[in-house]
Amino acid sequence: MWRYIVRRLLALPILLFGISLLIFAMLQFLSPYERASLYVSDIPKRQGDMEALIRKYGLDRPLYEQYLRWVGNVVKGDLGFSKRGKRPVSEAIAHLFPATLELTLWSGIPIIWIGISLGVLSAVHQNRWIDQVTRVFAIVGWSFPTFVFGLLLLMIFYAKLGWFPAGRLSEWAAQVVQSDAFRAYTGMNTVDALLNGRLDVFVDALRHIVLPAITLSYLSWALILRVTRSSMLETLRQDYVTTARAKGLSEREVVNRHAKPNALLPVVTIGGLNLIMLLNGVVITETIFNYRGMGWFFADAALHLDVITILGFTLFNAVILVLGNLAVDVLYAVIDPRVRLT
Amino acid sequence: MKLARQFVRNPTSLLGLLLLLMFIVVALFAPLIAPPKPNQRDPYLIPKDGFAVEPKPPNAKHPFGTTEGQYDLFYGVVWGTRTAFKVGVIITFCTVAIGLSVGSIAAYRGGWVDEIIMRVVEVFMAFPFLLAALTMSAVLQARLGRGIITGMIALILFGWTTYARLIRADILTVKERDFVLAARAMGAGDLRILLRHIIPNAIFPTMVAASMDIGSYVLSFAALSFLGLGAEIGYADWGQLISFARNWIPALAKHWHIVVFPGMAILLFVLAWNLIGDALRDILDPRLRGARG
Repeated sequence: MWRYIVRRLLALPILLFGISLLIFAMLQFLSPYERASLYVSDIPKRQGDMEALIRKYGLDRPLYEQYLRWVGNVVKGDLGFSKRGKRPVSEAIAHLFPATLELTLWSGIPIIWIGISLGVLSAVHQNRWIDQVTRVFAIVGWSFPTFVFGLLLLMIFYAKLGWFPAGRLSEWAAQVVQSDAFRAYTGMNTVDALLNGRLDVFVDALRHIVLPAITLSYLSWALILRVTRSSMLETLRQDYVTTARAKGLSEREVVNRHAKPNALLPVVTIGGLNLIMLLNGVVITETIFNYRGMGWFFADAALHLDVITILGFTLFNAVILVLGNLAVDVLYAVIDPRVRLT
Repeated sequence: MKLARQFVRNPTSLLGLLLLLMFIVVALFAPLIAPPKPNQRDPYLIPKDGFAVEPKPPNAKHPFGTTEGQYDLFYGVVWGTRTAFKVGVIITFCTVAIGLSVGSIAAYRGGWVDEIIMRVVEVFMAFPFLLAALTMSAVLQARLGRGIITGMIALILFGWTTYARLIRADILTVKERDFVLAARAMGAGDLRILLRHIIPNAIFPTMVAASMDIGSYVLSFAALSFLGLGAEIGYADWGQLISFARNWIPALAKHWHIVVFPGMAILLFVLAWNLIGDALRDILDPRLRGARG
């Protein structure tokens, strides 16, 4: 197993180098004037100052020199200056990341729980009505564009019924959170509210997060449901399951103790795909619900063609995805001995 | 023939087929269903009825109502069907063409060529697809301005990798078969072996996967358009039609039609492809055969 993990770790720097090259190539679509935002907060108006700036940061130098200078900055955590955010890109990421993490965590728990239970249920009752219903649900869910789904939720539960609000906090709650008495431990409103003992703020934050969390997660439910179902069906036909039945075990024990642990292995492998869907999904979800996190900011910057900002965000997301995939592979090797041998 | 019969007997795939046929008919007869004005320069640009900002509910003149800026939703949805097919088919064709060439070179050459190509593929796959396409589209639009071409290039640039991997894996298995050896023994050249013997025997799984991806490419393109990085304003495109609803969220109870009509068009289009793809996968995947009673 260690050889497998070490081999994966050795491939990591090559992959990161490739990612940086691709981002750097996209940067070359910008003129040297625009690329100056990589190093300074505002671009001078006077012609001569601009030339001096370009010379100072070597924006007219050969490409490899520019690349080395840029990568040096990126490694130090400096991704340039965001026009839309009016602050350094890395600062914007650090500021907005907790909000997005909070949304992802609140949608992640139901994803795994609902997806797996429905998938198992569907497989155990193959071709019965419950199987048909969950399968239709999964395939319609899989085809539903996130932005249409989110807008329909808003139409029904916000505009029509008024049950759930949009945004991240109500005004009064936002004032509480920003006051000095309230300590921001994590930047995640629901967690901070509990740590500060403000149950009213917690409830308010939770009400704001319900609809976006559902919107963000239903795609993943559909995916996990399908994978769990087909893997469970395959497992239930294996000889050892028949043996367990022949031993006279109850059907519940057969399913829960014998079939389920093995059937859930492939579900781990789609962890990476799930992460992709979440990273893609937050952009649209946060935009629709006006939930101010990384995704919302990314969409806003993209709409205003603030290329420096979105390239910084994309680089950050790619690194998250690479590390996430690595974690999934290592986890899979740990729980499934068959992978280690190959 | 057996495949076709299995296909029609299954209610879900039949539904998918009918939906797809409906969209094809709408796309083909768009000029008859929603005739453009005689003086219209480009039929893909949706006619505006006045300049009022607020959307109008469905009425006799506009069966689906109008959206923000008085764009006729019915016209937009009908001509948007053509855009959807155009975008889906072109993107799929280009991604498959690139993936096929890159994947077959990697698999056939092997060695360090394969190693380098697969590393490059991994780099492209390291990006979350939609985010990468969004970024690339913004980078291109900063240079070229708005238009459906930028979104399409962006999706193609990050979409080909899946097919490159698929075709590579399939060629690697076909390459070792006896008939390839026979062809080589008879003195056939590299290119001839690859084009005449290997690719025709390895391409089928990729083609099936690709044709079913048309729906998801249309979905991704609609997402780009929805976020304002797709077609120019007023172009008949479903994603953009829905994006007009973004300013009316508190009033959606009243203006339901600006989400529901274009939203249903996308949903049904993608659903049609997914229903067919799902049935096809079940029929072609021998491991699942007999799993359905």
